[in-house]
Amino acid sequence: MRGLLWAVTKRDLLLARRRRVEALLPLGFFVVAAGLFPIAIGPEPNTLKLIGPGVAWVCALLAAMLSVTQMFASDHHDGSLEQMLLAAERLEWLVLGKVLAHWLSSGVPLVLASPLIGVLFDMQAQAIATLALSLLLGTPVLSLLGAVGAALTLGLRSGASLVFLLVLPLTVPTLIFGTGAVGAVDAGLSPQAHLSLQGALLLLTLLGAPLAAAAALRISLD
Amino acid sequence: MILRFNTFAAPSRFYGLAGGLLPWFWASALLFGLAGLYVGFAMAPTDFQQGEAYRIIFIHVPAAWMSMLIYMVMAFWAAWGWMLNARMASMYARALAPTGALFTFIALWTGALWGKPTWGTWWVWDARLTSEFILLLMYLGYIALTEAIDDPRRAANAGALLALVGAVNIPIIYFSVRWWNTLHQGSTISMTAAPKMVSTMLTAMLLMTLSFWAYSFAVVFTRARAIVLEQEGETEWVRALTHSREQA
Repeated sequence: MRGLLWAVTKRDLLLARRRRVEALLPLGFFVVAAGLFPIAIGPEPNTLKLIGPGVAWVCALLAAMLSVTQMFASDHHDGSLEQMLLAAERLEWLVLGKVLAHWLSSGVPLVLASPLIGVLFDMQAQAIATLALSLLLGTPVLSLLGAVGAALTLGLRSGASLVFLLVLPLTVPTLIFGTGAVGAVDAGLSPQAHLSLQGALLLLTLLGAPLAAAAALRISLD
Repeated sequence: MILRFNTFAAPSRFYGLAGGLLPWFWASALLFGLAGLYVGFAMAPTDFQQGEAYRIIFIHVPAAWMSMLIYMVMAFWAAWGWMLNARMASMYARALAPTGALFTFIALWTGALWGKPTWGTWWVWDARLTSEFILLLMYLGYIALTEAIDDPRRAANAGALLALVGAVNIPIIYFSVRWWNTLHQGSTISMTAAPKMVSTMLTAMLLMTLSFWAYSFAVVFTRARAIVLEQEGETEWVRALTHSREQA
């Protein structure tokens, strides 16, 4: 069972490495979109410090949704997804492998780039560290929920834009606790409560989302 | 005529029966609505704290109830249709979604109209308002997803999965007033405690709720009839029906 997970992850990471520019597009979107805010709102340092965590989180959400539609699309296109569905292995492990590959190739770069956003928005060192930590806990949730949305909209004409409408409302709790952790640090409090809740959300989606995504894949390829 | 549970499970029988019930639902929606509005706007006393502005409660609270209830009913029928492969249940779910979205919108809109004179603002990002707003997005997502898929069965099943995932939100809205003490006032009516309001106010609110129920049944049955015709277009009885219409 777990052999399938690693095999799928390695395969998807290899595919991502072969198309390096395409794989790094979400990261580019993340930096460019976040960089637009100081230009639009004005370079006042206090305002920027205030909106920094929220901007970083929202841009991370949008970047994750941009790339998540590709999770099953090319496999669906060339028919290999149907082969995987017919395999005797449990579909949940396949989903989990794809989610892991998606997170490693597009979520982790966002986490690594978040200190850059923090510096651009004049945040303190501790707030930057909390932001990176909250994204580290939150981006897997985005990949997991995104997998459900991507599986539901597989092969639809307007699939890519539909994923935004379907998945973003579900990501609101993660967003609240993620930005809340940074807000707590700014207020001189411990971010631990928020981070613990984020960890709980991660565990919950880790248990539920692969099942839901597998069911959605079966519906889509019925 | 004997009504059994499965009377409404067969599209052809549902079509006829619902058609017969429709005038009654419309009549009771109108009757209860007029009575509720009369009791609420002419008989109920002015609130000592909020003045006349509170009267929007007679539309706001029933609409908010309906918005949550319809989502649960929709998720239930969608899941039923998915598990048991019951076509009619899936059609109910699809027919319920736009009405639920409408009531959610009404609840948000009347809430804004109420908030302006009492709180001094149209909107706050308070827990209940935010979760109700997310409920509206969930309805829109469900409608968009089921409309985007051409195959009716895949649309119904995909929608069912989404509705079930989103059902997690309903208890959060319902208990948000108790869990987070923010600007939105606490619930006025409770099953366990004596009503904290004058009985005329309660009567008006219950009459409006009945009216909204009847309206929902009327609209949802009308929409479900249309969906039945659309999805059962190839069957014999629909052909016979449309044929007799053309002759007349």
